[in-house]
Amino acid sequence: MTHTLLAAEGALPAAGVAQSAWLLLALPLFGAAVLLLGGKATNKWGHLLGCATVILAFVYGLTLFLSTTSLKAADRIQELHLFSWIPVDSLSIDFGLRLDPLSLTFVLLITGVGSLIHVYSIGYMSHDTDRRKFFAYLNLFVAAMLLLVLGNGFVTLYFGWEGVGLASYLLIAFWQHKPAAATAAKKAFLMNRVGDVGLAVAIFLMWANLGTTQYTEVFAKIGTLDGGTVLAISLLLLLGACGKSGQFPLQAWLPDAMEGPTPVSALIHAATMVTAGVYLIARSNPIYDLTADGRLVVTIIGTVTLLIGCVIGCAYDDIKKVLAYSTVSQIGYMILGVGLGPVGYALGITHLLTHGFFKAGLFLGAGSVMHGMNDEVDMRQYGGLAKKMPITFATFGLGYLALIGFPFLSGFYSKDAIIEAAFGQEGWRGWVFGGAAMLGVALTAFYMTRLMLMTFFGEQRWKNLKSSDGRDYHPHESPAVMTVPMIILAVGSVFAGFLLTNGNFLANWLEPSLGELKEAGHPPLPAAAMTALSLGLMVVGVGLAWLFVGRKPVPVTKPERVSWVVRAARADLYGNKLNETLFAKPGEALTKGLVIADDKAVDGTVTGIAGALAFLSSRLRRTQTGFVRSYALTMLGGSVLVVAALLMVRFS
Amino acid sequence: MQEQFLAQAQQQVNAPDIAYGAIAPVLIVLGFACLSVLVEAFVAKERRWGLQIGVAAAAIVLAGASLAAFISSNDAAGGPTGKTGVTTLAGAVSVDKPALFLWGTLLALGVLALLLIADRTVGGDMQTEVFPLFLFALGGMMVFCAANNLLTMFIALEVLSLPLYLMCGLARKRRLISQEAAVKYFLLGAFASAFFLYGLALLYGYAGSVKLADIATAAVGTDRSDTLLFGGLGLLVVGLLFKGSVGPFHTWTPDVYQGAPTSVTAFMAACTKVAAFGGILRVLTVAFQSTQWEWRGVLWGVAIASMAIGAIFGLTQTDVKRMIAYSSVAHAGFLLVGAIAMNTDGLSSTLFYLLAYGFTTIASFGVISLVRSGSGEATDLSQWAGLAKRSPLLAGVFTFLLLALAGIPLTSGFIGKFVVFSAALRDGMAPLVVIALVFSAVAAFFYLRVVVLMYFSEPAEDGPTVSVPGAFTTVAITLGTFVTLLLGVLPGFVLNWASSGGFLS
Repeated sequence: MTHTLLAAEGALPAAGVAQSAWLLLALPLFGAAVLLLGGKATNKWGHLLGCATVILAFVYGLTLFLSTTSLKAADRIQELHLFSWIPVDSLSIDFGLRLDPLSLTFVLLITGVGSLIHVYSIGYMSHDTDRRKFFAYLNLFVAAMLLLVLGNGFVTLYFGWEGVGLASYLLIAFWQHKPAAATAAKKAFLMNRVGDVGLAVAIFLMWANLGTTQYTEVFAKIGTLDGGTVLAISLLLLLGACGKSGQFPLQAWLPDAMEGPTPVSALIHAATMVTAGVYLIARSNPIYDLTADGRLVVTIIGTVTLLIGCVIGCAYDDIKKVLAYSTVSQIGYMILGVGLGPVGYALGITHLLTHGFFKAGLFLGAGSVMHGMNDEVDMRQYGGLAKKMPITFATFGLGYLALIGFPFLSGFYSKDAIIEAAFGQEGWRGWVFGGAAMLGVALTAFYMTRLMLMTFFGEQRWKNLKSSDGRDYHPHESPAVMTVPMIILAVGSVFAGFLLTNGNFLANWLEPSLGELKEAGHPPLPAAAMTALSLGLMVVGVGLAWLFVGRKPVPVTKPERVSWVVRAARADLYGNKLNETLFAKPGEALTKGLVIADDKAVDGTVTGIAGALAFLSSRLRRTQTGFVRSYALTMLGGSVLVVAALLMVRFS
Repeated sequence: MQEQFLAQAQQQVNAPDIAYGAIAPVLIVLGFACLSVLVEAFVAKERRWGLQIGVAAAAIVLAGASLAAFISSNDAAGGPTGKTGVTTLAGAVSVDKPALFLWGTLLALGVLALLLIADRTVGGDMQTEVFPLFLFALGGMMVFCAANNLLTMFIALEVLSLPLYLMCGLARKRRLISQEAAVKYFLLGAFASAFFLYGLALLYGYAGSVKLADIATAAVGTDRSDTLLFGGLGLLVVGLLFKGSVGPFHTWTPDVYQGAPTSVTAFMAACTKVAAFGGILRVLTVAFQSTQWEWRGVLWGVAIASMAIGAIFGLTQTDVKRMIAYSSVAHAGFLLVGAIAMNTDGLSSTLFYLLAYGFTTIASFGVISLVRSGSGEATDLSQWAGLAKRSPLLAGVFTFLLLALAGIPLTSGFIGKFVVFSAALRDGMAPLVVIALVFSAVAAFFYLRVVVLMYFSEPAEDGPTVSVPGAFTTVAITLGTFVTLLLGVLPGFVLNWASSGGFLS
């Protein structure tokens, strides 16, 4: 519980460099504002401004980071109060920034990877007439994402949460002339809403029960609540995380979101936004520490998702969708990691960082391939591109090796740590979660090797084909503005894992935010044996991929006669069907039923009564003859009735 | 001159004390009415119109000023009983809090009605005789509200009615229908007056006095014939209900509303209703409170009949003025619900309702007078189709007024219905309130029908034009609409005033 107390009491007012932390939000927001308001006047230099603001934010973030490394662990949590945001009677929300190791880690990831992707986009979007708008949205996204991780309370987080949702929507639909892009944006928006409701209700519960939504106060008081409420809050937060991070059962929007421009996929849908769910759970660690059941649900969701992602990834031919499902699966690993509790929070964050490097690199590589191949995404049209695009091949290859956990590359360190921690769970859980994570290693190796083989090796199938717009393929290496970020990310893919985990560097650094990284319980196997096992499974996966894909020519069209496993995987393991059957169809049926009920029962009654009254009215109207004699008669009748009634009442 | 004359009379006949301060508003209105007659007789025709407007306006302003002066002085002298006020002219007139409220209401509504009558630009094309008639009617209404014995009440009834009959027939353009309306109103009004007078006679026979207080005393613990009492009450009430256009004694209402010049209709609809219900409230509360368990059931029935007639007949009306007429019949039913809730809430809520309804109604008729086709006012509803496209502002104002008549929140109509129904609920009349709610829902239908017609129908080819209102009409509509909104948002001060005291006898 030490860190709970730390979180409660240890927030110092920001001093020194940290007092200018508002710059982190202001810079990208300024960029977005100038680009959106400036209009066409900014077309020439807009993309440079967009890059500059994010790079400046990164430089500031780095300065801030270096200034805190010398501080004692307890002094590393600082709060910068900006202004009173919602000062209503019983609800007072201060708009402040929380600068602690966890948020600074994210700041570096977001601005660092963000800067690289901004630079890359200059090249990737060079032919697009709306490049300025694209950079404005990207800046908006960076600002919102920074607000999400820097906010000092759940309401501020929610503000950023919705902000990234909006930016994501705008960017997925950036090519809105493509119906698929518009649909995908809508789908992402709607499925995120489901998760947002969970997050919102969780915040309501906190406020109702604790009277506050600031991190420090919530974490200090959360222990006073009964177990049921804490469990409810933790599950609702998880629902929010599932929506944003594409976790089961809300995973279906993420692959569709690949309709957006590739830099967007790299930045938002691989490196940063989709990890917000992991951030949320890690940030709420004092809440999850109190509820073992809540953590168990988190691990189950993570495990299920990582397997789903792997399996579906094996069947797709669309290079970006394979990478998207790979992201789903890798975030599953992270969720599994943070779901393990104190033994896993730091591991999940470590994997999040290394994944940020290599997955962004892989996406940029895929973008580079598409750039050279007339924006074609079907891997069956590729083949033998290694020679044509050597830099892309090399950087992509390093990212690939890092992802599948090749020894001494990033993924090797970060993923194996999660697998070991999962095995360390008690009883059946260790075997189930550890085994599933282990199985995921083999599957990951399989689908990624398949992707490599189909793209960079084998026959140059594109030679005899034309792209859908009728052009020949002339694959070529991308310009330096695109390859340099890829190279930097590849370097990160290689070394980040070792640097971050050497001597538990990151875990120690994060200790003030996440608490001490505990040793996993008693794994049923020694650590060396587990490493060997996972390496063995990786080799098996690679070997199987070579057996199925590498040693024979790849058919250009997708074979239709395939086993039910492949059919199921091609259909996203019926994830969309499931959602449709469980929610969409009953919802539609309910709506239709209500419409019928409204039409027949409610409207019927209303129109029936109205008709009856109108009929009555039209009949009675004839008594209004216009003759004074009949009017007088009516009055006389009324008078007789009144007098008679009065006398009757009196004398009866 | 006039006061000097009255003062002489006092000395000779040993007449009772007269609280001139209290009855000054009435004296001023009636005095200026006489002056207005003289103007009519001696001023050249071309100069009359402007001068008459000045005389009528001065009458109302001076009456209002003297009313304000009396209220401030009387408030200062008021005791803790709550029944502050004076009875004067040997108890014939009781100037108490409800009377003062009603006088204020009548004078305020009178200003608005005068503005509509005075505006010549949109067909207010009447002879100048309308002004003295207007002032006499207004004076009669004021006396009617304050009359403390039945004979005074009858005189006041005639003073207010006879000018109204004439005013109905003053339209120049649609002369036939206007004169038909006047004759119908006169015949039926005479009929109703006969009922009132016969009831008065029976009650005199019962109590040996025409004073309301004496009737109340006589009704408590005597062995006189109750046939006289209830027969008299029944006939008296019929006369009053006729003036308030409560169904089934409403038959004159649609024809007269339709036939009379629109500005006169506005005056009649708002002010006559105020005066009639002021009289009903006073008679029922002061004279018949002790016998309420005998007559309340009957008035329940009358209220239900009135609401039903108004709401159901209104559904199929095709003329906008007739529609408002049936709406007024329905509103009379709602008012009666408040009037028979024999508690202080019933009194104050009915007073509030009268004020709110008066302003809304005058503004509505002001709007109606603006929609014209070649042959005069376009009152046929089919001509109103698509009016919003042609004149969005006018349609918006009329929509707001209709919503107020329907009783939609943020309008005075809602507050009025709310306070009346809650007073009735507190007095244990829940079934009546439920019925009233049902009929206000039915009535809402025909108001909304007009709204739908204005906004969602295609305008007719040869549709009416909306004339540019003169300054007077603009002020009247603006004031009416503003008060309707104000009382819907901030009803507090008027409700406080309305509930500041009870009747004094």
